[in-house]
Amino acid sequence: MAHAYTPGLRVAELTVLRKERRLPIKGEVLVAKGDVVTSDTVVARTHLPGNVQLVNVASKLGLPPEDLPTVMVKKEGDAIEKGEPIATTKGFFGLFKSNVPSPCDGSLENISTVTGQVILREPPTPIQIDAYVDGQVVEVMEEEGVAIETVGTFIQGIFGVGGERTGEIKVAVANAGEVLDASRFDDSMKDQIVIGGSHVTWDGLQKAMQVGAAGVVVGGFDDPDLKRLLGKDLGVAITGHEDVTTTLVLTEGFGEIAMAHGTFDLLKKREGRKASVNGATQIRAGVIRPEIVIPIVEERDKLQEEAVGEATGLEIGSSIRVIREPYFGRLGEVTQLPNELQKMESESMVRVLEVRFEDGSEALLPRANVEMIEH
Amino acid sequence: MSENAKVRAIVATDCGSTTTKAILIKLVDGEYRLIVRGEAPTTVEAPFEDVTRGVLNAIREVEELSGHEVLDGEKIIHPNDGERGVDLYLSTSSAGGGLQMMVAGVVMSMTAESAERAALGAGAIVMDALASNDGRLAHEKIERIRHLRPDMILLSGGIDGGTITHVVELGQVISAADPKPRLGIGYNLPIIYAGNTDARGEVENLLGDKTALEMVDNLRPVLERENLGPARDKIHDLFMEHVMAQAPGYNKLMGWTDAPIMPTPGAVGSIIETIAKRQDIEVVGVDIGGATTDVFSVFQDTFNRTVSANLGMSYSVSNVLAEAGIENVMRWVPFELPELGVRNRIKNKMIRPTTVPQALDDLKLEQAIAREALRLAFEQHKSFAVGLKGVQQERTISDAFSQSASGETLVNMMDLDLLVGSGGVLSHAPRRQQAAMMLVDGFLPEGITRLAVDSIFMMPQLGVLAEVHEKAATEVFEKDCLIHLGTLVAPVGTAQEGKPCIKLEATFPDGTAIDEDIPFGEMKVYPLGVGETVGIKITPARGFDAGAGQGKVLEATLGGGVVGVVVDTRGRPFVLPTDEQQRVAKLDKWAKAFDAYPVA
Repeated sequence: MAHAYTPGLRVAELTVLRKERRLPIKGEVLVAKGDVVTSDTVVARTHLPGNVQLVNVASKLGLPPEDLPTVMVKKEGDAIEKGEPIATTKGFFGLFKSNVPSPCDGSLENISTVTGQVILREPPTPIQIDAYVDGQVVEVMEEEGVAIETVGTFIQGIFGVGGERTGEIKVAVANAGEVLDASRFDDSMKDQIVIGGSHVTWDGLQKAMQVGAAGVVVGGFDDPDLKRLLGKDLGVAITGHEDVTTTLVLTEGFGEIAMAHGTFDLLKKREGRKASVNGATQIRAGVIRPEIVIPIVEERDKLQEEAVGEATGLEIGSSIRVIREPYFGRLGEVTQLPNELQKMESESMVRVLEVRFEDGSEALLPRANVEMIEH
Repeated sequence: MSENAKVRAIVATDCGSTTTKAILIKLVDGEYRLIVRGEAPTTVEAPFEDVTRGVLNAIREVEELSGHEVLDGEKIIHPNDGERGVDLYLSTSSAGGGLQMMVAGVVMSMTAESAERAALGAGAIVMDALASNDGRLAHEKIERIRHLRPDMILLSGGIDGGTITHVVELGQVISAADPKPRLGIGYNLPIIYAGNTDARGEVENLLGDKTALEMVDNLRPVLERENLGPARDKIHDLFMEHVMAQAPGYNKLMGWTDAPIMPTPGAVGSIIETIAKRQDIEVVGVDIGGATTDVFSVFQDTFNRTVSANLGMSYSVSNVLAEAGIENVMRWVPFELPELGVRNRIKNKMIRPTTVPQALDDLKLEQAIAREALRLAFEQHKSFAVGLKGVQQERTISDAFSQSASGETLVNMMDLDLLVGSGGVLSHAPRRQQAAMMLVDGFLPEGITRLAVDSIFMMPQLGVLAEVHEKAATEVFEKDCLIHLGTLVAPVGTAQEGKPCIKLEATFPDGTAIDEDIPFGEMKVYPLGVGETVGIKITPARGFDAGAGQGKVLEATLGGGVVGVVVDTRGRPFVLPTDEQQRVAKLDKWAKAFDAYPVA
């Protein structure tokens, strides 16, 4: 039979992490294998080909396209400056000449005698990528990028907004069930990654941006607030490129839902340390989850070999969290794993498990509706 | 004896983005029948990164369930020796996000649309269609190509012998964008040129060096005719050579199959086209998945396929809400639910797409969303499945009184014979009545229409099989693939609630005779089993048309199914009451007529 398991999001107190930092196109790698880097070290750079401008010189000069070579003053490959003529008519006995000036700096790429168009390429745009996490270069991919390895705490969220940022961890609530509202923020949180409990309110997130927090990590957030934040309804969960000043990472989901205790306690333990966060999320074809990386290189010795192999399945005693109504967000422990399909209230026939919640109550749930809490 | 006649056992797999499904077909008493089906998680992504692992697991499940040995270790036993092995192994694939293409043509409503039709027909997702007249400036088009990073581009434009300027201009735009493929850094992007043959030299100069350029016959050689076959075939070839070859394990899988691996939607289209042709009927098929909804139709012998790339029930569920608007989703929900709760629930489904509805209310909400996803996907399909535009029509004097512009939709709901639904929310609905209701509400068929679901979604495997063994594919399709729900009778017209709509006269096989006036605004279901038929006389009231014309009597033979004969006098166009109480009461009443949900 096919092996079914319910993977959870990863929460690791101390682990080895490898981050690939790749250029979108080939370029130059600026560090060497073995180099120690910090999150802001530039590790590779390249130039993206410049934007293209198409100028229909033939129509501007009222000529048939095949006559273009007779009027061009710049050839393919020539450098050009904005305003400089790229084509000139001979005029009438040297008078009444018409020019076509270049609309941009750059180079002339192509002259077409079929369409009468001239293609100009603007200067290339430099781009560079940084290391994102403090660590060591363990691999150099020639002209493409590097792999950085670090040791530290790694926490995956379920959904995020905003890109890569770094800052110091600051816990702003007393426990994992508290709401992060505007009153929890102050100016000292500038450039910090602020940890909340079950929820961040709209005003809370606004205040976070106002004080210049680098990130907010919290259990839940409301969808109508997400719509306000993005200016549109988010249709498909592909995020990370939003124009927001504070990266938001949800560890549990939408609504008000207490952050898993393990996650909260770990973040609390790491308070004051430098962390890297990334809100980028993609839930289809090549799942990407938002993350918090807290490098603790000096604890490398404490590192124990991690169990390698397939994720283990649900077992009696496994800690789980319910991820769908009617018990959404509740935490418990698996007490039974019956083999037979069972009928739910909705009449769906599904594989089930029995769970005992933290308050001692029990319920029967579809296995698909729980998530293992891994540590 | 032909090669095909010797085929006794067939295994076909479909590698989806999350699940790989295998079916075993065997020759039993002279006809091909489905024996079992197995499935296993797809293994394209880490930690496995080898699609064949999932394929082997799915086939192993087939072996366990059927007792028929297919594998010798990690090898498919080939051919069948009477007891072990298979004579044909085939596969389709949509793993890794399927085939993502851009198309370009000179005029948006002409060659660009033909190019889009070719790409969709081949099973691609069309990310964007560029045209000389699409209103975007050249640099915007260039930016778009760079940003989207398609797997392949289909460039068309111009009729053979016509002007080449515009299509060369498009070539310049693509060349300037210097597009890079989505997967893999080290290979050139495949580009298919299927435009004016006179421009081939210019296009070669522009794109020959920097892309993997292929030339095929013009897909619109003259305005009056499309020639999509060569472009479609080339897309399939390049899908195999370039795109699939980049995906982990596919090189190995390609070595196993007896025919080229087809993109899943292309294969579904192929089986639907085959069935429509063999039975001479007009068909609509829909596959509502987690991420996308595909609609296929055959009207007037013309096959069309559309992919609504962001309408689906899990990954894209939130987008259904965004596109339909919360009011449209909520109008199908027969109870009150605060907007905040609905929005958060839908987003939670999006971020955890594999969960299933446990509570009845949750199921009802999910099925409300499905209705809107189906409606939106079908609207997109109707606006795309049109006659060729730009064609001059010869008209006689009689046509002058019923003039129609070229480019009108081919979809005529009154002519539709068979509506087939598939995809989790339809196929796995706890009661079949729920699937019937979702299909009726989402598509609003008119007149008389047969309804069916493909319960285990084997249309992809049958589609690829149809390419090499049509007999086996159609026999299994007819006998094992479809679950017939029954037949819908839905007169067109509107009236006030409770006013006369139609009169039905029939004697059912169990001896029950009906002679009933059904007023406007009702749903009625009459049991009629699978394989049974009933002769029925339908007399529409004034202003209503059941298929024979307004007010005209229609006599027809209706087929049964697991639901039966469904009579829908809610009118076309269909309007739900706006008053909250009335709306909820109506929804409850209709659901009760179907016996769609357990009574609390």
